[in-house]
Amino acid sequence: MEVLTLLGDGMLLALQPLNLVMILIGVTVGLFIGAMPGLGSVNGVAILLPVTFLVPPASAIIFLAAIYYGAMYGGAISSVTLGIPGASTAVATTFDGRPLARQGRASFALVTAALASFVGGTVANILFTLFAPALASVALSFGPPEVFALMLLAFATFIGLGGDDIPKTIFSICLGLVLGAVGFDQISGAPRLVLFDNTGFLQGIGFLVLAIGVYGIGEMLWTIEQTRGEVTTTTPRMTVKGMASETKEAASRAWKGTTIGSFLGFFVGVLPAAGATPGSLMSYGVAKMVSRKPEDFGKGNPDGVAAPEAANNSASTGSMLPMLTLGIPGSPTTAILLGGMVIWGLVPGPRLFVDETEFVWGLIGSFYISNLVAVLINLAFIPLFVSMLRMPFTILAPMIFVLSIAGGYAATRDMFDVWLMVIFGLGAFFLRKFDYPLAPAVLAIVLGPIAEPTLRQSLLLSSGDPSIFFTRPVAGPITIVALVLIFLPVLRLLRRGRWGS
Amino acid sequence: MITKRGLFILAGTILIVTAPMLAVAQEWQPRKPIDFVIMAGPGGGADQIARFIQSVAEQKDLTNRPLVPNNQGGGSGAEALIHVSGASDPDHTILVTLNSFFTTPLRQENLGIDIQTFTPIAMMGVDPFVLWVHKDSGITTIDEFVEQVRSMDGEFVMGGTGAGQEDSIVIAYLSGAYDLDIKYIPYEGGGAVAKDLAGKQIMASVNNPAEAKGFYEAGDFVPLLAFSDERMPAYPDVPTIKELGHDFSYYNQRAVVGAPGMSEEAAAYYQDLFAQIYESDEWQGYLESESLSPLWMDAGEQRDYWALQVENHKELLAALGE
Repeated sequence: MEVLTLLGDGMLLALQPLNLVMILIGVTVGLFIGAMPGLGSVNGVAILLPVTFLVPPASAIIFLAAIYYGAMYGGAISSVTLGIPGASTAVATTFDGRPLARQGRASFALVTAALASFVGGTVANILFTLFAPALASVALSFGPPEVFALMLLAFATFIGLGGDDIPKTIFSICLGLVLGAVGFDQISGAPRLVLFDNTGFLQGIGFLVLAIGVYGIGEMLWTIEQTRGEVTTTTPRMTVKGMASETKEAASRAWKGTTIGSFLGFFVGVLPAAGATPGSLMSYGVAKMVSRKPEDFGKGNPDGVAAPEAANNSASTGSMLPMLTLGIPGSPTTAILLGGMVIWGLVPGPRLFVDETEFVWGLIGSFYISNLVAVLINLAFIPLFVSMLRMPFTILAPMIFVLSIAGGYAATRDMFDVWLMVIFGLGAFFLRKFDYPLAPAVLAIVLGPIAEPTLRQSLLLSSGDPSIFFTRPVAGPITIVALVLIFLPVLRLLRRGRWGS
Repeated sequence: MITKRGLFILAGTILIVTAPMLAVAQEWQPRKPIDFVIMAGPGGGADQIARFIQSVAEQKDLTNRPLVPNNQGGGSGAEALIHVSGASDPDHTILVTLNSFFTTPLRQENLGIDIQTFTPIAMMGVDPFVLWVHKDSGITTIDEFVEQVRSMDGEFVMGGTGAGQEDSIVIAYLSGAYDLDIKYIPYEGGGAVAKDLAGKQIMASVNNPAEAKGFYEAGDFVPLLAFSDERMPAYPDVPTIKELGHDFSYYNQRAVVGAPGMSEEAAAYYQDLFAQIYESDEWQGYLESESLSPLWMDAGEQRDYWALQVENHKELLAALGE
């Protein structure tokens, strides 16, 4: 096994004193950057890129990978403790992480998130080690019809769940799709839905703006209104023993979500069109779908925390694959890594795995080490993050609003987005009052802009014939599964009717 | 605390090293990270160049504040043009352009973009176009290509960037010159096009050499025809369309421009910065390895070049029926 030898060398390289220090610093900085609402791994990597030119290239790429890992872990922290998604990849973590925190179980949610992240990262690293070159050809076999079929499947997991009010879910998805269509059309280049002729809409509606508005502002208003300020946010004192028992509990109650997230996240991450955010949202949907108690999701189900967290770490590793083998970055962060690689004289592309084996396996080796360091550092900091919640809600709530607004501004540095966020927050509050689920809208605004162009490209390919989605070997089965899932509730309804009579 | 102190020492070192340089250089310096807007999606030619430039600037420590790449590929670059022309801080906003800098304002007059209001900074080079097919197609010459396209009667699929953008102009010319009926699928950027040619989702593309190089070196892509004025040193056996009797060449500009309303001091700073990057061994090596042609111009020449290109593209777009 030549690969294992190379990988072992890579790990040893990562364990050298300088590199280990780089990993420790990178993970810690990444953890805090990821935890800041609005700032994600992309900001962390961009800000710290200059530091990497002071050390040898191998240490530099290890440092960047460590920041990337740290930020992926960190995103969960504000999602759980404050209910504001720390990064777009951690939006799905708020769905169940926040309810857990409100039940006084923030530390359990954070432990679950950390462990799921670790497992997700590890599974992805192993898959990467074993199958990297083979997976590159899988990524290539995904053309527009396949990507659209996959998006359809993602929507299907959110519709065909049962439990939720299906018409309201569909309304929520449609709302998200409309918001996702604002801005320039990729195919014709023409502007669409420029509401009130406001040029701000030309740039489209940022996903993070919507997510922070909905979860940071809307949910918070709803919480205040529901509880009249008497929120239980205090948590039991954290002890090593307590965390050990939470670890056990996480292992027994969240293994399913973790498994789904680890594998699905990796696969979605490998596709150049997708990345970690769709990966985590899709994993959440699938975890809910296969769960025996789907009605618990959104109310503090540990699987609902584990699935997206495992998926975003797994997808981050997965998205390295199209970057290294095809030269196409799967996420904004990998795009910055790509820039770093080019200047170090490494040409990403099909030849990289053949010509630069040492670099590739050194990088993968450092992923293993970074992942391990990240979970340890994260666990060590959990008591600190949880203690934030000891603050009275009257102080915490205004702080969350301020952080939401600062985070919304930090992402794009545009006041237009801040106003939009406030409007979304108010809108979300009212939708929430009328019992509309908001997660499907958030999903739709992420997946809509991927699904729509691929649908149109596919129909251009087939000259308008929709059978293209059924006749292609990869797209066909995916489309059929998606349609079955969408119509499952209808079938269930019919069956129930027959039994009734 | 290690990080903080480390950064402090780092900052101090930079200050000491660069202090003598500051004395002779111009007075204006960026005071915050520079918004380095890219008119295209990730992975394409413009994006690769922006990332490369950023890395050179970082490695040589040419700027006291980082260049932060910001992909705004929407609407054939219109998103980027609007973002930059409405920049709240024009002194810290620069744009990596391609030819959609000329075509998008022409095609969408309602955007109200006048490119002459932008500030010229540097012409880093021009990027040629090459016609590529996948090796599994069995096509090795332009004649075989023409024959194949004709025999498929409108079912031959090519991918390219958005409608009215560079790729569609080149493909439209090719179709006209050889009387071909090609099905055109628009993508968000050249990176996605190259990926789908490698995956045989499409049958041919007109990627820039930089975008296709990895696949060419792996033996997956076959170059058939170059749209440059002369044969490219890296592809000596690939004929130009001019040799074949069609008076046409087309390049993508790789230029950096500043936001409208940028102060003269800031413009001078960036012009000097990009001149240093242009002169660097790294950039000269990049031009050669990625088959770009050098085309250095000063600020005044750039404005004239813009005016000329706008006129050329008016004709090209008119021929396209846009």
